Amino acid sequence: MAIEERDPLTGHKTTGHEWNGIKELNTPVPRAVYFFLIVTTIFSLIYWIFMPAVPLGYTYTKGILGYDERDVVRRKLERAALEQGPWRAAIEKQGFDAIEADAALMQKLREAGHALFGGNCAVCHGIDARGNAGFPNLAAGVLNWGDSPEAIQETIRVGINSPHPDTRTAQMPAFGKDDMLPRADIKAVIAYLRDIGKSGSDHAAMTQTKGLEIFQNNCAACHGDDARGQVALGAPNLTDASWLYGGDLQTIHDTVWHGRQGRMPSWENRLGAVDIKILAAYLHDLRKER
Amino acid sequence: MLSQLTKGERQGALTILLAMSLLGVAIAAGGRGDPIATHGFLIVILSLGMAVPVMRHLFDPEPSSARLRSYYDDPSKAGIVLTMAWAAFALFIGDWVAWLLVNPNLTFDGAWASFGRLRPVHTTGVIFGFGGNGLIATSFYVMQRTSRARLADQFSPWFVLIGYNLFCVLAVTGYMLGITQSKEYAEPEWYADLWLLVVWVVYFILYLRTLSRRQEPHIYVANWYYMAFIVVVAMLHIVNNLAVPVSLVGAKSHSLFSGVQDALTEWWYGHNAVAFFLTSGFLGMMYYYLPVRAGRPIFSYRMSIISFWGITFMYMWVGSHHLHYTALPQWVQTLGMTFSLVLLVPSWGSAANALLTLNGAWHRVRDDATLRFMMVAAVFYGLTTFEGSFMAIRPVNSLSHYTDWTVGHVHAGALGWVAMITFGAIYASVPWLWKRERMYSPALVELHFWLALAGTLTYVFAMWNSGVIQGLMWRTYTENGNLAYSFIDSLVAMRPYYIARAIGGLLFLLGALAGCLNIYLTIRHAPLASDAEGSQSKPLYGQPAGGSLQPAE
Repeated sequence: MAIEERDPLTGHKTTGHEWNGIKELNTPVPRAVYFFLIVTTIFSLIYWIFMPAVPLGYTYTKGILGYDERDVVRRKLERAALEQGPWRAAIEKQGFDAIEADAALMQKLREAGHALFGGNCAVCHGIDARGNAGFPNLAAGVLNWGDSPEAIQETIRVGINSPHPDTRTAQMPAFGKDDMLPRADIKAVIAYLRDIGKSGSDHAAMTQTKGLEIFQNNCAACHGDDARGQVALGAPNLTDASWLYGGDLQTIHDTVWHGRQGRMPSWENRLGAVDIKILAAYLHDLRKER
Repeated sequence: MLSQLTKGERQGALTILLAMSLLGVAIAAGGRGDPIATHGFLIVILSLGMAVPVMRHLFDPEPSSARLRSYYDDPSKAGIVLTMAWAAFALFIGDWVAWLLVNPNLTFDGAWASFGRLRPVHTTGVIFGFGGNGLIATSFYVMQRTSRARLADQFSPWFVLIGYNLFCVLAVTGYMLGITQSKEYAEPEWYADLWLLVVWVVYFILYLRTLSRRQEPHIYVANWYYMAFIVVVAMLHIVNNLAVPVSLVGAKSHSLFSGVQDALTEWWYGHNAVAFFLTSGFLGMMYYYLPVRAGRPIFSYRMSIISFWGITFMYMWVGSHHLHYTALPQWVQTLGMTFSLVLLVPSWGSAANALLTLNGAWHRVRDDATLRFMMVAAVFYGLTTFEGSFMAIRPVNSLSHYTDWTVGHVHAGALGWVAMITFGAIYASVPWLWKRERMYSPALVELHFWLALAGTLTYVFAMWNSGVIQGLMWRTYTENGNLAYSFIDSLVAMRPYYIARAIGGLLFLLGALAGCLNIYLTIRHAPLASDAEGSQSKPLYGQPAGGSLQPAE
């Protein structure tokens, strides 16, 4: 059955079998194959002796080195705490003015702030902190709840319209959708808003007396008689060029008609107090750099 | 094709198709309000669509018994056409999601078009649609030739091929509908899994029956690999998909495993899918088509044995290297890592066996793009297995894990090895199956080869770069102990590589489309071979040479 032939090219014999024209040479396995099989196997056996390897029911062989991943992580965390400890303590203890006056400390703070911001804030506010529609520009824009480092720190801590007990709360009612104002009044008040936007809040120049009246009765409680907003209530200044959701006619209409209930999460339980302080100082610093 | 089936086989097919359509109606009716209902309708449409032509040929006369004197290749032909169709579809989706990563706004508002749903459409489409059909089509071809026996019957190969494609269609449409059990490469839900199990058992039995009818004293090595592919995939599929459906008329099910056990089961499955689906099966393909095309004997029978058993034994253990530095106990990680290192030796044994077989035929590699496809596949197989063992080393893995390096590694294997060997095998077998002298345009085969190679290299180099950069950015600290980069910084840094990757994918897709065109033209227009298949295949046992293998049509 098996008729062995000699392959003229290699000089090796075939196995004597043939499958639809395919033959196989009976070439011996190259020594390198055995060599590396033995080397890798011996390496594995040694590795098993030194490292955790073999299961034994409820436990396993721990290996001569006693290597334990939890230990490694613990040591790394300890070392990191040691490296970061001094300057983080300095940030924790000092006030914002003192921190900002210390150039070396600010360098460390900027590095940490960049990583914290990128990992936690950038998803809404953008990697350059310049915001998106509905998410304020933190690098250059107006901040409705105040732009002192202390105010920023508090906003990060409690969030806006968040489940945190101390949350900052600001709800703009849906004047149109909830039938609080007729459509004509909404149009009038928008016309008034556009007007003060153009001419500053020069009330004497106001021609939109109906709009002014509606504003005084419905909006001024939060946005103030002069429409310049109130930081304590998170109510934005309506006379400047900064608009959180957009200053075009359609967007202002949507805002008045549907209301706004923007949200920012509270970070107190996710970031520690020092990280929040770092972020507040980082943002305050970012705003100064302009 | 249908009149080649016996009356009994046609009646059986019709019965099954009608039963399937009834099952589809039941699913559609029972599953109202659940996405499974759409699948019910789909099953009804597909099975009735196939029942119509069967009914039209139901009363055709019995086929001539002369057919039994030749190999049964109709399912292989259909399988190759399906392979190329899946390649075109799934590579297109792959390139689409690659551009989606470059520009995330490039999506439609529909949920179906989100990255999370389209990505499994791509992976299932290429692995199961393209790869699986290629394996089924070539395995039917190879098992008959190397056994010198006709397929054991004419019905089960069609059941396997069509049933398998129904599974693939249920899978990819399911993802777009939001049906997934969230296990990578095992996303289809319980009912699709059960259906695949039935198909797979029929495939296994068909293979055994055909082998047992063989007229050769020994089983050729290609068949070992195909058998390992079928047996182990069945085992993996059953264990990893053990789940309890919430309702018999609902898509949702709950896995039997949870937590780290679930993760380990999943990656035992996942890595052995790489091993036994994407390696064993395609090694079987290589062991047939490469020596035939090169006209050379296999370099070493003994190396085949060592490599086969090495791969089969070692791969089973290495899945845990996907879970380094996780909640998985470290001793399991140790086992995964060390077995991965030993595994390199038999893997390179297979690659070397393929490349050394080409000794004495390198002039053919130079002149014949089809053989060059197979040669490059063997080279990429060697490269990828080396890279895989390297990445399984824990400290290396701490850099490469979760980065694009993994994506590059997978694609070096998938594009460079799996797709290249499949295209080589298809270009070899299309003229044989359709009795053509050669492919319609050898120049198009050359074009496909260079597009595929350029696409693969572009893709893999882009992902190596982006992966290593990602890994380094994530672990870079400033001297004050701060992370130097946030995740989003690394994302911005990836963009140029994502563009390069998408271009590489596009080249690969264009090559596959050139292949589709060439295969179509070959089937339609290439000159008929004068000697039918006589020069390619020995006749079935006991038949005179030459006369027995006329085209049955």
